[in-house]
Amino acid sequence: MAEDIRTLSAELARDPASLVFVSLGEMLRARGQLDAARKVVVAGLARHPSLVEAHDLHARILSDAGDLAGAERAWHIVLEHDGRHLGARKGLGFVRYRLGDLDGALDHLEVALSIDPADAAVVQGLNTVRAAADDVTGPAPVPGAFASRPAMAGVSSLALPGVTPAATPSGSGRSTGAVFAGFEASDQGMLLVDARGRVLGGGLRSRDGQDVSDTVAAHLAGVAQEAERTARILDLGAWSWAVAEMAEGTMYLTQPATGATLLLVRDRSVPAGRLAVLADKAAGVALQWLKAQAL
Amino acid sequence: MSTRYDRLLDQITRVRGVRGAMLIASEDGIVVAESVMEGIRASAVAALMGSLARRIRRAADSLGSGAPEFIHLQTAGGALCAVPAPESMLLVAIADSAVNVGLLRLALRKAAEVIA
Repeated sequence: MAEDIRTLSAELARDPASLVFVSLGEMLRARGQLDAARKVVVAGLARHPSLVEAHDLHARILSDAGDLAGAERAWHIVLEHDGRHLGARKGLGFVRYRLGDLDGALDHLEVALSIDPADAAVVQGLNTVRAAADDVTGPAPVPGAFASRPAMAGVSSLALPGVTPAATPSGSGRSTGAVFAGFEASDQGMLLVDARGRVLGGGLRSRDGQDVSDTVAAHLAGVAQEAERTARILDLGAWSWAVAEMAEGTMYLTQPATGATLLLVRDRSVPAGRLAVLADKAAGVALQWLKAQAL
Repeated sequence: MSTRYDRLLDQITRVRGVRGAMLIASEDGIVVAESVMEGIRASAVAALMGSLARRIRRAADSLGSGAPEFIHLQTAGGALCAVPAPESMLLVAIADSAVNVGLLRLALRKAAEVIA
């Protein structure tokens, strides 16, 4: 790497307008030479102020150096150019989390998840932030399978931008239909999710047949948290259910037990009232299942 | 402009049980126009409903079911309903638990069409 740095430095000296400053900055950052990396990137940005990846690198260097405010400013510049920049969304999620703004962190990480549902760092980050949000709002955990959740992860466990964490368990191989056995399309349009967005049972498929259970589950925890927060702050009492009608289907969301969220998805041909009846039945079954897990 | 919106919001608040209606910017949850009863914190409703709608939209995106056309959050003490309006706005109504949601849904949709 030292040889590469010398080569890139020489190239940049020959042509100060060269874009190699980004690679050079990355290498210096990787070696922990943050001050040198920052100087290279700042000089490069003076010549290439609209180079998005350079602003992203600048933000990561500042974040590494502990300058969260500076990193946040740099990532916001990235978003001005590209509102769906994955690195910037992850980075801002990290910064907001570090600053104690859990809602802000969730907002950025959920956008990141929508950009790349398979990004393990984003999933891990969401789990960490949601665990922290649980500790703030204090919902009692559902008995059984997720009653013994680990203690709140430390700050360092939130995936840093550019750092690949250990892979999180995927949903492959799980017994998806067990909870709702006997229900029509129980593995395609019913999902039971815990407070951290992990699938407990059921399954969901998108209109093109893809299994989207894990992705939707990750989003769903955020929806349930937001519904709970909305009802609480507006003094409306506990939330009972939420319905969203889309062009191609209807989502029905309810809580069979504290900390668990049940989602039913059906096409628009199923009337809302019937969907509510079906959801009631499914919620009863889910509650029994959750109780059985606690035994 | 606000007079036009005020008229539309008044049509929504005429539905029995509706305690307030507002037009908000869906991306940042800022109130554009409002017609709410005293005691209702319009800015809080806007921020929270905007955030809830964004999260539901992301879940819907994952399902490939299209953007939400109507959102209804039912609570022990009332209901919050929203429909999308042009230019990334949301029409939101806050109602008590006895509201006729069918009528409210129609009123919201009609108002959104007029804005368009």
